[in-house]
Amino acid sequence: MTAPTRIDTRFADLKSEGRPALVTFLTAGDPDVETSRKILMGLPAAGADVIELGMPFSDPMADGPAIQASSQRALAAGMTLKKTLALVRDFRAKDKSTPIVLMGYYNPIYSYGSEPFLDDAKAAGVDGLIVVDLPPEADDELCLPAMERGINFIRLATPTTDAKRLPQVLTNTSGFLYYVSITGITGGAAPVASDVHAQVARIKKSTQLPVAVGFGVRTPEQARAIGRGADGVVVGSALVNVIKDTLGNKGQGTNKTISGVLELVKSLAQALRKR
Amino acid sequence: MAEKMAEKAASKAKAKKSAGSASGSAKAPNSYRTGPDEKGFFGLYGGRFVAETLMPLILELEKAYTAAKNDPKFHAELSWLHTHYSGRPSPLYFAERITKELGGAKIYFKRDELNHTGSHKINNCLGQILLARRMGKTRIIAETGAGQHGVAVATVCAKFDMPCEVYMGATDVERQAPNVARMRLLGAKLNPVTSGAGTLKDAMNEALRDWVTNVHDTYYIIGTAAGPHPYPEMVRDFQSIIGRETREQMLAAEGRIPDTLVACIGGGSNAIGLFHPFLDDKGVAIYGVEAAGHGLEVPNGHAASMNGGRPGVLHGNRTYLLQDDDGQILEGHSISAGLDYPGVGPEHSWLKDTGRVTYASATDKEALTALQFCTKMEGIIPALEPAHALSFVMKLAPKLKKNNLLVMNLCGRGDKDLFTVAKALGMKV
Repeated sequence: MTAPTRIDTRFADLKSEGRPALVTFLTAGDPDVETSRKILMGLPAAGADVIELGMPFSDPMADGPAIQASSQRALAAGMTLKKTLALVRDFRAKDKSTPIVLMGYYNPIYSYGSEPFLDDAKAAGVDGLIVVDLPPEADDELCLPAMERGINFIRLATPTTDAKRLPQVLTNTSGFLYYVSITGITGGAAPVASDVHAQVARIKKSTQLPVAVGFGVRTPEQARAIGRGADGVVVGSALVNVIKDTLGNKGQGTNKTISGVLELVKSLAQALRKR
Repeated sequence: MAEKMAEKAASKAKAKKSAGSASGSAKAPNSYRTGPDEKGFFGLYGGRFVAETLMPLILELEKAYTAAKNDPKFHAELSWLHTHYSGRPSPLYFAERITKELGGAKIYFKRDELNHTGSHKINNCLGQILLARRMGKTRIIAETGAGQHGVAVATVCAKFDMPCEVYMGATDVERQAPNVARMRLLGAKLNPVTSGAGTLKDAMNEALRDWVTNVHDTYYIIGTAAGPHPYPEMVRDFQSIIGRETREQMLAAEGRIPDTLVACIGGGSNAIGLFHPFLDDKGVAIYGVEAAGHGLEVPNGHAASMNGGRPGVLHGNRTYLLQDDDGQILEGHSISAGLDYPGVGPEHSWLKDTGRVTYASATDKEALTALQFCTKMEGIIPALEPAHALSFVMKLAPKLKKNNLLVMNLCGRGDKDLFTVAKALGMKV
């Protein structure tokens, strides 16, 4: 990969600003396509620096109850991978600079066809991919063809990624490295900031890539504490829970759903901008 | 329809014999018994599609299993447990009345339902718990559908004094009450799973979530020959005792190996256990029988992933899956909770594509009929799972010659299904 992607540019800009990136996760189509679209469109102004968009899957094995439920709401509302790509295309027509990373599991992509998926994702304006169940051992499935097209393949490193394993994880990773702060699923126990900083420092000895930290980060205070020793902070389950808590009595999205999510994003963004 | 399939299957097997080579889309290998490759693939299928947190653990497990496989002490201990704890070898039983009634092949049952805990599941659990102990793991988790695997895991955990947690779909907890009680009595902690549809695939998701959270001390005993490498290979190896015994027993009884093998397929561990030792015996015709539920033509109404699905990636491996156009996994349906799984072990997917094994199917109704037939003719109440295999035998056997030696794996007993069967037949219990 030669030309810098939107992800590279964004992290470089924030580095010169001297603050960590706020990476927000939401599931595409949660709780329905229209509400999801309005939230997505509002994210950059609310302060999201990088947008992770979940591709809903029936069997999200690495996710906790909050994101599982968000996937199910989106699927129940008729979300598909094709519609997720359409959502990105609409977003990209209005916003040329905010990076979008699609995150999910391999089967819907495999079912779509890896090559057609990558072509359509590139055309829609997708900048990076996180596919939870594709470890480095499976790089020829999607990672290498993604790199050929200038799409970043972002890998997760975890507390079980020891010194022996780390080089393999880093080899074909680009854009940024996602450090999973706990062994476990999304939305689990909150990580201890000082432990996380030590791990990030360890990883940064082996790579020039920005390191974003996620899993278990909920509040602006936690985000700020984690952000002191990382290049980015990922918040997902907490945002998804705002959606759950603001649904109408028929499970539909309300005005509060949109404003509630964007307000939390604002307060997270402010916390990361504090000196 | 199933009858047509049996006919097709029989003629296909004949054609295969005369041509001397396998049909199907994948290339026929020199040997069918050398897989998987070093990355865990059987052709296109298998592999290690797991989250990074689990990768170091899966690699450690592979190493530990390879070491155990080459350690005579490990085999000696397992063999002692087979003999004295589960009661192996299980008999190879000539089903005389059924043979006469069907008027074709000479039908034998491999009686794995007579094992301790009532099914073939114990073969795998004994192997894996010994491995867990070698690896210094102190906590066991498992998923279960019908509860047969859960009971077998809870049993070996009781014997080896290991804490045990079993994940079981809330729907299955309700419909398999006797096995739930058995697991609790054995000291296992039962975790009903309400996520998704609350059945086996959701239980497996939840077990994987537990594992990813407790990687350091926990060993996950997967119940079927599926999941990330090395599970499909390892579970197959532990179950292959079924086929190895069958071979010896048939040689002793008839002076030659069988001509035909039949087994039911959910994840496919009992089937691969019977089939694997015979895969390179070209003269042996091999049939797997999937659950056709309400019928293969009913959308999401069956659990026949090979006959009614397409390749995909789930639970750590690539294999045939029941899925919709968007790649979302379907729940499927079968009257048998043990066959009610949207995937299948990857080696079966490969054996299907290479044409070495023919995969047929049987509906809920056909399985119920076969269960009653077996009970009345032989005084053996089979589980609903092998009743699917028997239903296919009932169609296939009459078309075969009288000297055709057919072995069907009777992999589980029917006690656990009494309520389901009684309800389906309108009987009061």
